[in-house]
Amino acid sequence: MFVRLVYESFRRQKRRKLLAAAAITLGVTVATAMIAVATDIGDKINRELRTIGANLLITPQEDTLDVEMGGVNLKPPSDGAYLNEADLPKIKGTFWHNNITAFAPMLPVNVSLLQYGKSESVTLLGTYFAQRVAYGKEEFTTGVRSTFPWWKVAGAWPSDSSRDVLVGDRLAARLSAKAGDDVTLSGRTLRVSGILSTGGNEDDQIVAPIALAQEILGKPGAVRRVYVSALTKPEDAFARRDPESMSGAVYDRWYCSPYPQSIAFQLMEAIPHSHAEQIRQVAQNEGAVLTRIEGLIFLVTLAALFASALAVSAAMATAIFERRAEVGLMKALGAGRIAVASVFFAEATLLALIGGLSGFAAGGLLAQQIGRSIFNTQITIAPVLLPVILAIAVIVTFAGSAVAVRRAVRMDPVFALRGEA
Amino acid sequence: MNGSALHSAREVAANRRQAGHTSMFLRMLVRAAVLRRGRAASALFAMIVAAAVTTAMLNLYVDVQAKLRREFRNYGANIIVVGKDGAALPAGAQAQVESALAGRGVVGPFALVVARTSDGQPIAVAGTDFERVKQLDHWWSVSGWPSASGQALVGVRALPTVSARNQPFDLSFQGHTVHLTPAGTVQTGGAEDSRIYLPLPDFVSWTGVQPSTIEVSASGSPEEITAIMKQLAAAIPASDVRPVRQIMEGEARVLGKTRATLLAAVALIILTAALCVLSTLMGWVFDRRRDFAIMKALGASDRLLNGFFATEAATLGATGAVIGFLLGIGIAAWIGRVNFHAPVVPRFSVLPFVLAGSIVVTLLAAIIPMSLLRHLQPAAILRGE
Repeated sequence: MFVRLVYESFRRQKRRKLLAAAAITLGVTVATAMIAVATDIGDKINRELRTIGANLLITPQEDTLDVEMGGVNLKPPSDGAYLNEADLPKIKGTFWHNNITAFAPMLPVNVSLLQYGKSESVTLLGTYFAQRVAYGKEEFTTGVRSTFPWWKVAGAWPSDSSRDVLVGDRLAARLSAKAGDDVTLSGRTLRVSGILSTGGNEDDQIVAPIALAQEILGKPGAVRRVYVSALTKPEDAFARRDPESMSGAVYDRWYCSPYPQSIAFQLMEAIPHSHAEQIRQVAQNEGAVLTRIEGLIFLVTLAALFASALAVSAAMATAIFERRAEVGLMKALGAGRIAVASVFFAEATLLALIGGLSGFAAGGLLAQQIGRSIFNTQITIAPVLLPVILAIAVIVTFAGSAVAVRRAVRMDPVFALRGEA
Repeated sequence: MNGSALHSAREVAANRRQAGHTSMFLRMLVRAAVLRRGRAASALFAMIVAAAVTTAMLNLYVDVQAKLRREFRNYGANIIVVGKDGAALPAGAQAQVESALAGRGVVGPFALVVARTSDGQPIAVAGTDFERVKQLDHWWSVSGWPSASGQALVGVRALPTVSARNQPFDLSFQGHTVHLTPAGTVQTGGAEDSRIYLPLPDFVSWTGVQPSTIEVSASGSPEEITAIMKQLAAAIPASDVRPVRQIMEGEARVLGKTRATLLAAVALIILTAALCVLSTLMGWVFDRRRDFAIMKALGASDRLLNGFFATEAATLGATGAVIGFLLGIGIAAWIGRVNFHAPVVPRFSVLPFVLAGSIVVTLLAAIIPMSLLRHLQPAAILRGE
């Protein structure tokens, strides 16, 4: 009898049930999409923040002091230690290798530039542009193009295996050089493939594939420093603790959190004789920006959940209120309060499950659409969310029905049947 | 009715009819709200909540850009003013930059030379205004700021070169020697770590070198910053004004994406809130089909009925919108304080949108059931069919 009551109610009142289900679907869609966006926004914004540049710097451990002025290093070229280029792929072998989005080695060399018979000393910066690097079976492409996305080239980027160079735009203006010209550097004639503009010191320099810089310096495999761009977690008091002073379990937790400090620590382990440190200007501030944006989206998600809960409750309350006469009839025929309430709650559960499922699917699609149109990547929705969303849908639908059901079962059947309630 | 003696009987009758009409209309509106308190209150409640959420979200959306820009100013300078071809800036350049900026940002001067330590090692030494640096470069991790003349801030990597165990040290530049006490160390992970910083007056009297770089952290939209750069270039012709592209492009990207995400969320929330109000109100109006039928049976015209329900809906919408607006401003301010540690400024420009939106939604909620009921005979409604 109970099952038949519920079944018939769905069969005969299709329009009303459809309306209620639609309201629940809409509510769940909004909730699912917002939860998916909120859980993923940190990662997405973190990737966007990487456009501000590297947040970690690896230097040789035994390095002498840099004496840099206006982007020109005045340290004698023979001075100082170097990292080994062959060690660099190990960066991708660290625990947090998936969080390392790009790295670029740098080797500045002082060269003499011959122009109109005059010789001038400029800095030539050897680096990767978009070098293919292999670690184990994994292959990836990295270099300045992904580490410093704001570098712009008029002309073409040189290939890493070529002997072509880029000339910084202020230097190029001084030399009146343009893409396709030749420059003479320390006795070598090299082709300029493009003019580089960075807004920084590189605008007064020449940027070349690292092999060329190593050849000029006469030190094959030498690298002065490596800029690493990593996705990190905002630093907190725990992150700042000294790993030396930690006990086993605490150390593991520290080591396995993507703090700038722990990633730097792992980079030092991976690359022999190196010193890795966060670039505080980038690393410190991205934590603050990330926390703010995550907090903002979290609060907005709460508002969305609240609004959709309200919409679902309103729809349920209206649907039940419209069926006063039915309640009156049931009660007049001898149904108890519990029997009446359980019919409504069974219907509500069924509606919540139907609306929850379709809303979850629609919400997933909506989240994907938001991800694609705003971040150009997927926002995937974890299947783990499904039971959570369904549970929320059932609870909200129940809560929305509760007041209306209470009113309905308390009503005197006489008034309800006469339509005077 | 003053001076009724002067009016003809006809006028009095017309006046009375008019007055009766108006007061009856008002009475119906008021009684409908008072007698059906529960239902009217729940409809109003839905309206208030929807308007509050909408106001809060719109306020947040309008204000979030300014709030996030402030966060991005912690990245430091977004404009750099340097002397043309590496020359020092003309005297008074800092004052000119400040007057062109007119309080729209922070300015920090930097002068740089290569000096020698007592054992002849070259080292980069900079002169600056520490009070400015504190505001400009929040990420500097400093163990102690110099507070008096003769004190220096030493980069962590430079420290072992100049001074073991925080001993005072000497630096020489072109034959002039200066005696300095380390006040603390600075760590940034950048070039600053290899430098020694002195207060600018000490630096200038020691080396005679004027600042060559002024870092400017200007606040505002990209257009405003471009305008500031133009002003700066015009104010100091002997300088090269450069944007820090790295910071400006990153900021623009992150802000754009955040705003777009927020817009999508706000649109979804407003839509949900509007539908919630629509369904509650439609239920309420539909529920009163008996009132509708009685009025119609007593001879009310369609125009009067429409007018009655529309006025009722619009009143509800307007009341809900105003209360909701005030609540929403409170919510937005709270979110601002919790998340950005600065309240979101109430935007009264949002009010007309919330008000108009609420009235449109409530009118829709009244019109849809009305058009369904219009075709029914009052008798059928009254019999409960």
